[in-house]
Amino acid sequence: MAAPPVTAERTITLEVMRYRPGTDEAPGVQAYRVPYREDWVVLDALNYIKDRLDGSLSYRWSCRMGVCGSCGMMINGVPKLSCAAFLKDYYPGTVRVEPLENFPVARDLVIVLDDFMRKLPAVKPWIIRAEEPPLSAGEYRQTPADLEWYKAFAMCINCMLCYAACPVYALEPHFVGPAALALAARYNLDSRDQGEAQRRDIVAGPDGVWDCTLVGECSTACPKDVDPAGAIQRLKLSSAVQWLREVVLPWGKR
Amino acid sequence: MGETMIPYRRPVRFAWWWGRRAYTLFVVRELTSVFVGAYAVLLLLLVRRLGQGREAYDAYLHFLTTPQMTIFHLVALAGALYHSVTWFALAPKAMAVRVGERRIPEPVITAAAYAVWVVASVGVAWIVLRG
Amino acid sequence: MRRSTEPLWWLLFAIGGAVAAVLMPVHILLGGVGLAAGWTRDAFAYDRILALASHPLGRLYLFVLIALSLLHWAHRFRYTLAEGLHLKASWLPVEVGTYGTAVVGVALAALALIRL
Repeated sequence: MAAPPVTAERTITLEVMRYRPGTDEAPGVQAYRVPYREDWVVLDALNYIKDRLDGSLSYRWSCRMGVCGSCGMMINGVPKLSCAAFLKDYYPGTVRVEPLENFPVARDLVIVLDDFMRKLPAVKPWIIRAEEPPLSAGEYRQTPADLEWYKAFAMCINCMLCYAACPVYALEPHFVGPAALALAARYNLDSRDQGEAQRRDIVAGPDGVWDCTLVGECSTACPKDVDPAGAIQRLKLSSAVQWLREVVLPWGKR
Repeated sequence: MGETMIPYRRPVRFAWWWGRRAYTLFVVRELTSVFVGAYAVLLLLLVRRLGQGREAYDAYLHFLTTPQMTIFHLVALAGALYHSVTWFALAPKAMAVRVGERRIPEPVITAAAYAVWVVASVGVAWIVLRG
Repeated sequence: MRRSTEPLWWLLFAIGGAVAAVLMPVHILLGGVGLAAGWTRDAFAYDRILALASHPLGRLYLFVLIALSLLHWAHRFRYTLAEGLHLKASWLPVEVGTYGTAVVGVALAALALIRL
């Protein structure tokens, strides 16, 4: 079935990075002209391309509403969720769409996530108890203030825009990274958690918080206002104080 | 899927900090530490010249007021000011102090830092000029 | 912690950064710009500054200001070099070049102030 003719309708051009492993030596750019709609986001334009123009284009997406974290891409060089980047903010200019920076490209706009998927469980992002109280003790009680203390860091949707924004991660791929460290902070600061010592090696170890130089672009890129930069600075201070305790009182309890 | 993955690793640009305003400003901010270190060296030299007697000290003062050093001082002052302003804006991120139900807001800590800055600067000026 | 001294350098960087942020501008203004402009020429007369600097509190103040500023520079510049020149911050020449220089400066400052 022929696509409806795009005549008097306004259009916008997307320059999309394409990479077909086995066929392409290196990524290239393919331009697509799509209809311009006031309420469309870049993801809508990509779906139009895949549905009507070029079914071979590959990319990740899911909820289309900024909560699943699947559709992170570089849009005009800025890491964004493609479901949160409105065409009207770029029209009539060209929109350059590339895979998320600092990750290997698997195909087209799909990146290889393995590095982050390894680092995330390494920070033990779950409640760790020294001892589990019996069921009869009832539920953990937490005041709204207790919740506020870590809540922002709990809003992370693992979209990895912060890794794309971080020049330290670009230069040093071993760096644990903003989201993983923010999640370590989220659990360290949770009043129910007793696992801070177990996260210490990765938080305060090589490739942990000390690699961070507070560029701050992670917090700028974050679509959920997690402020990973803030989390890391707090972890630096608490880790440094902990180190002082160990040095000044080496016989003290860990 | 039966296909083997051949991931493509994009190279990092050597001058990654040039071309994105936020990155360039970050590097400028970090380079202010050079002015802090440089002026510390000038202070160190001042102390040494003090210890070497009046003539050595006066010659050093003369050196500090040459046109080249004056330009350096102006640039260093701008650098030191940029260090201070960015430091007061960012340092509170590390300081989470809980008062009652909430955390002391970062802007409050920043304001307190500015107050300390003013008091200390006036104090030092008073001691140097009249003390 | 790796080379369990990283937190030490960070603490010195943090305290030094705060000290430099609060004190450096006024010092550069008085002792640099002010001198050239003639505003502080009299204030910096040899006898006056010698009296201020050789006072025990004066020596302590100057030592803290010089030492912490140098240590602040060292840690920060180590990472600026690494990021700017694509080096490892843990590469020995970078560490020696930064921390080593600062430690030498701290020692020289201590010597110069003791001898005043």
